[in-house]
Amino acid sequence: MVENAKGNNPDKTIDLKGEVCPYTFVKSKLALEEMDLDQILEVVVDHEPAVENVPRSLKNEGQNVIAVDKINDTDWKIVIKKEKEI
Amino acid sequence: MAEFTEEQIKRYSRHIILPEVGGRGQKKLLNSKVFLVGAGGLGSPAAYYLAAAGVGKIGIADNDNVDLSNLQRQILHSSRKLDTSKALSAKETLEDLNPDVEVVPYEVRLTSENITDIIKDYDIILDGSDNFPTRYLVNDACVLLGKPLSHGSIFRFEGQATTIIPGKGPCYRCIFESPPPPDMVPSCQEAGVLGVLPGIIGVIQATEVIKLILGKGDLLLGELLFYDSLRMDFKRLKIRRNPKCPVCSENPTITELIDYEEFCRVHF
Repeated sequence: MVENAKGNNPDKTIDLKGEVCPYTFVKSKLALEEMDLDQILEVVVDHEPAVENVPRSLKNEGQNVIAVDKINDTDWKIVIKKEKEI
Repeated sequence: MAEFTEEQIKRYSRHIILPEVGGRGQKKLLNSKVFLVGAGGLGSPAAYYLAAAGVGKIGIADNDNVDLSNLQRQILHSSRKLDTSKALSAKETLEDLNPDVEVVPYEVRLTSENITDIIKDYDIILDGSDNFPTRYLVNDACVLLGKPLSHGSIFRFEGQATTIIPGKGPCYRCIFESPPPPDMVPSCQEAGVLGVLPGIIGVIQATEVIKLILGKGDLLLGELLFYDSLRMDFKRLKIRRNPKCPVCSENPTITELIDYEEFCRVHF
């Protein structure tokens, strides 16, 4: 696992490889709903449009997107801090 | 409740995406119980959308059979269901649309004797009845049980809707204290209805029920919405509680349910 930019350890990681929009966002949102405030969620995606769309949609809902990192040739990792109850 | 299945995540994804709904709101819908009075013009579109939305349990009462003259507007039914029970036809259509929904059919006419037992376990009541005796019975039962009620009615090209929360706003009797005299009620010959009209009003009622379940938005509480389809005109009239309302005031004169005589059955 590559450490993210702020060095936070995730409280939860979900693997959404193979998922496309809007389910990448839907499943990220559902995971966040079950978490506590200030906890960290890591989402791994391989659907390129999700790299833009998931962070944007989560920011619109008031969440804090800490980092978006390309972790290998096919996958990205999106790191989110739960800032707001959903 | 349990986590969503993959199928539920896909089925309800357009709800879950909405900030006002989300997974939490969708679970509220799946855990809710809504009772519909009538599987006719208003009940059909209302039930269709409530089932699609994933309302977990839908009770639906209708003691009629499907008639060919119903199919111009009662979209739960179909030509192959002629002469079969509307309540059972509704159950089949709704469970076919969404197997998450439990549909409980009641092939009875609601009366002062049976209504309390039938509706007491439901959270919200949606009135799609086509006659004054049932409308007053449902209003009074909801007031006495403290159940939220979505009212809708239609005539020719016009319809109306309001949302009643006993104690929080006016009830149907605050606006119309008692049923009209029989000679004021349109005869069956006068009672045509534009087929699409109950679609509009029934879906407005379903929208109110969904907002009530989610606890979001503003309701038609203390407001009567009028719709004129010929002029495509919506008007909202402020309505107030009647401090002397016979059923919902502090000193009600009606404390038991009443079965009014039916005059002419207007089949909406």
